[in-house]
Parts: sequence; structure tokens; C-alpha cells
Amino acid sequence: MIEALKSVGRWLDARLQVGSTIAEVAEHPVPRSSASWWYVFGSATLVVFILQVVTGICLATVYTPAADRAWDSLIYLNYQQPLGWYLRALHGWGSNFMVALMFIHMIQVFLFGAYKFPRELTWVAGCVLLLCTLGMAFTGQVLRFDQNAYWGLGIGASIAGRTPIIGFKVVDLILGGPIIAGETLSRFFALHVFVIPALLIGFVGLHLFLVLRLGINEWPMPGRIVRRDTYLQQYQELVHADGEPFMPFAAQKDLVFAGLIIIGLLVVAAVAGPIGPNGQPDPTIIQTVPRPDFFFLWLFSLFALLPPWTETFLMLTGPVAVIGLLFALPFLSGTGEKSWRRRPFSVVIVILTVTIVGTLTWLGTFSPWSPVMDAWSAAPTPVDYVKGRTPLELQGALLVQSKQCRNCHSLGGHGGMRGPALDDTATRLTRDQIVRQIIQGGGNMPAYGKNLSPAEVNAIVAFLITMHPRGEPPARDSARPGVPASRN
Amino acid sequence: MTPTPEKTTRRNFLFGLGIAINAIAVALFAIPIVGYILSPARRFTWLDWIPLGPLTDYPEHQTRLAEYVNPFKKAWDGETAKIPCWVRRMTGDEFQVFAINCTHLGCPVRWFAESELFMCPCHGGVFYSDGRHASGPPPRPLYQYKYKVEAGNLWIYAGELPTLGKPEV
Repeated sequence: MIEALKSVGRWLDARLQVGSTIAEVAEHPVPRSSASWWYVFGSATLVVFILQVVTGICLATVYTPAADRAWDSLIYLNYQQPLGWYLRALHGWGSNFMVALMFIHMIQVFLFGAYKFPRELTWVAGCVLLLCTLGMAFTGQVLRFDQNAYWGLGIGASIAGRTPIIGFKVVDLILGGPIIAGETLSRFFALHVFVIPALLIGFVGLHLFLVLRLGINEWPMPGRIVRRDTYLQQYQELVHADGEPFMPFAAQKDLVFAGLIIIGLLVVAAVAGPIGPNGQPDPTIIQTVPRPDFFFLWLFSLFALLPPWTETFLMLTGPVAVIGLLFALPFLSGTGEKSWRRRPFSVVIVILTVTIVGTLTWLGTFSPWSPVMDAWSAAPTPVDYVKGRTPLELQGALLVQSKQCRNCHSLGGHGGMRGPALDDTATRLTRDQIVRQIIQGGGNMPAYGKNLSPAEVNAIVAFLITMHPRGEPPARDSARPGVPASRN
Repeated sequence: MTPTPEKTTRRNFLFGLGIAINAIAVALFAIPIVGYILSPARRFTWLDWIPLGPLTDYPEHQTRLAEYVNPFKKAWDGETAKIPCWVRRMTGDEFQVFAINCTHLGCPVRWFAESELFMCPCHGGVFYSDGRHASGPPPRPLYQYKYKVEAGNLWIYAGELPTLGKPEV
């Protein structure tokens, strides 16, 4: 039996002539120090990508990339197609896994100086893969053709529309017409299943080819300096003096980790289920709060928090600058120290980037800058705030609800966070200051002078003047020391 | 060995001709491909007069949500061909018709009649009843459609997603 298989193998190899190449790849020496658990993230990203191809092809057999049918076909996949929900879950969570693994891989490569000579182009190919992967994530979010996809496209088009002079043409090109509609979805479908995957496969090939040709990066030792004229020879000496064959020495850790990732994905997808779709993509349903997927939330937050006057400039030049810097990195610091212990600036960059992106993402999950659209009608006035109040103050409490104040100002922890909470307004503003703030607005608050009658302002102020915690006196007008706080 | 001067032989002439023919062929091939891909941007405006219904639908001093079907729709656009807009009637034939899209990044603004404000759910843009910027990041007032009143009906001139690149819808 074994003998028969071996003879089939020999017959095939006599014609295919790949046996020696495979053996060469499998047995190529890697530095002993590189066979580390730190080096498993790239291969795991690739494994998840392969899973994405498999689940993506399965989904494409049912998903209908037409604007009038896409949402229906997603609902069909979720509820009627046998195992459709699980395939959607695997593909959606697979995308999260892939993005996460890719970023961990990238941080590791950056900190270990693996992008330095002679591996500059491996890093460049990796940057293309990064852009492709994020492109897949965004276009995939569009194919989940729901309200978030529709308004996400609106955000994309609005950014593109800020391009000077040709902005509106760029918008038409992205949308495939004057509005977000059928041709928009078809364009993004073509990108998601043909264009970007083809690029991904091509650049994965190049990336792997370069890793094999140039050898895996050795574990960086402080003090071991990369020089263009000596590095190649040093590396050869290292892998021959202290190297091991890739198979199985390094590959075993890749294998174990990739297997755990696949099982982890299977479990997460089974527990968490498919991602969306949320409401159908009907733009006339405006009772919607559009949010991007998790890995774009930080950008969504950034757009809310950038000073408006910098926004157009940064939206258009920021991505170009960041991507340009990423591509230029190996040419800016292609030699020198590899170890992160001797590259404090690099460590600071990583810590800063992770902290900023993490904080923005966290802010994006509850977006304090957005009005809470239903707070005025859904969040009750805390009972304590209406106990023992005069009719005028109660009238004010009512107006704080009905005039939608609470969409931006919280009471008792419920309501918007755009403006300051009203629970202790009286400790911060005197009566006159409250009147002025309501009527003239300012500090990001609209002016309500035209929308409120003097009697209404009077009632709201009467209510707000009572808003100070027990034991904390209301603010006083220091210019009129004799006047009690409640009257000033 | 003396270097032989470059001579046009039968063999390298054919090779050169082959490269030239293919270069021309690829250039010719690119024309329809590029033209096809860029075709959505060839048209300068996508605007047409669209009826928004009788004036009686729009009481004076009120702002109402209206919707229309995009005049350039395709058969497979489905619900996405429907576009909402805010119609504010002041008095008589005096109107303001606002695009639904926030001028910041295009999210749908919502009208709050009690506080007379448009609020955006995405990044907190707020506009007054006449479309002026009230707070938040939007760089300009709400986009307005041109309108006309004919035979007791309100018409707007629309058909494009308004963006900062082309705000005068």
C-alpha cells in the first residue's frame, strides 16, 4: 500500500517536477530564535484569509448583489438557508479576526525591525495587503446592504465630495451614478469579490515569496546592527550556525496557533451569530443611528472630534500622509538597530497609536457627541427632581423634556452627553447666566431665543435654579453679594 | 569578438512589430474599459423637476418630511430609489426644501418640531429651522433644493446626492 502510494508520488513528481522545490521550501533553515510564538500571526492571518475565501464563495451562491434584493437575500441567509446564519457569522467574524491578526502581525514586525534591509519590499507588500484587507472590510460592510451600509456610503461619498474641484465627479464615480442605489452596490460587489481578492492573492504570493527568498527575520538582539554590506553574510552564518529547518521546527507553532484560531473562530461565530443586517436600506426610514463596523469606529469618532476647520484638509491629506509614511518606513530607517529595546521612539509610536485608536474606538461605541434622539420622550425625569417643586418649577421640568433639552443634556445619568449634565447646573451658573445661555446659546449650544416664549424661559430657569446637589449651594453673583442665590 | 552592430534581421523585426502591435492593441482595449468605468462621471448634472404633491400636504409654518422617487432610477434600485427631504412652508408659496443629508458627512438629519431644530445622529450636527448651522461640525447650512409651485403642486429640482463638492442641488 505504502509502496503503491510512493510509486504514484514518483510518477507525479517525474512529470510535475515540484518535489525538490517543496522540499527546499520545507527545509529552508530558519534562525532558531525565530521559531518563536511571536512569529505566528502572519501565517494565522493567511489562514483566516483562506477561510474567508471559502465562506465568501459559499455566501456568493445565495447572496444577491442587487439593491432591491440584497437585504432580502441576507435575511434569507440568516433565517431560511440551512446553515446560512453560520456561514454569515463565520465570514463576518472572520473579517474581524483577520483585521485583528493582521494588526498584531504588523506591530510585531514593526517592533522587531523586520522591515529593515533587505526586507523593505516584504514590508511594502505587507502595506498593500493592509490596504486590501481594510478595503475588504469596508466593501464587505457595504455588501451587508442595510441602513448602516447605506449611510456609511453617504459618509464615504461626503468625504470624497470634499475633494477640491473634481469632488462631485469622484462622488458619481464611487456611487456609480448620482445617488446611492443599484449601481453603487454592484460596484462594491465587483470590488469585494473580484478586484481586491485578486490583489490580495497576488500580494500574498509576493509577500511569501520574499519571506522565503530573504529568510525569516532573526530575533532582534540589542546591539546587533543591520548594515547593508554585512547583513546578508551575517544572516547566512546565523542560519547555518544556529538554524533549524522550517519544517517542522518553526512550522509547528504556526500550525498549533492557526488551528486554535480556526477553532476560536468557529466557537465565536457559533456563540455570537451573524453580524446584521440591521434595518432595510430604505433612506426614507430616517429613524436610524448609522454606525460603522468596529474597526472603522475610530475614524467615525475622529470625524466628530476634529476641529471643523481642519476637517476637510485632514480627511483628504491625512490618509495619504499616513499611508505614505507606512510605505516609506523601510526606506527611512532601513538599517541600524532592530531590537525594540534600542528603539524607544518606535515603542512610543506603537503605544501612542494603539492608545489613540483604542480610545477613539471606545468613544465611538457610545459617541457622546451625538444627541440621543429619543431621550426627550423616552427618559423619565428623576422623581427627586420634581419632589416638592413649585408649579412653575414643574412647568420648567416639563419644558426641559418637551423642548428636547435632554437629547443633549442628561438628568440622573440619562440623556445626551453633548452638553453638560443638568443635575448640578445651579452650582455652575447664576440665574442670569442660565437665561443668557438658553436665549443666546453658544459653546456649541443652539440659541433658543426664538423657540421659547419669555414665560417658558422663566419656567425652565426656575427649574434649573433648583438643580444643585444637597449641601452644595447654588452659584452666586459675586457682584451682588447681598442677593440670595435663588434670586440672583 | 567584435560587437556586431544592431541590424534589423527578420527575427528581431518581427519581435519589435509584435511589441508595437500589442502596445497599440492594449491602448485600444483600454479605451472602452476606462470609458465604461468612468461613465457615471461623464454626465455633468443629474437634476430634474420632481412633484412633491399638492400644497395642502404642507401646512404653513410647519416642516414636514416628504419623499420622492429619484428620476434617474434603475429597475433594480428597489427602496434606494426613494429619497426623503424636509419641506418647510413659511407662508403662501414661500418654501424651503432641505436635503435630508447633513452637510457634515451626509447622515439623515431629523426635525424636532418642539425645539425647532434639525439634529444629526452621527456626529452631532444641529441646524435651525431655516437650515442655518446651530452647532456641531457641519461646515455650512443644510442643502436646499430649488422649488417651484405650479397648479397647486410643489415641485423640486433634484436627483443628486448633495455633497460639499456640489452643494447647489
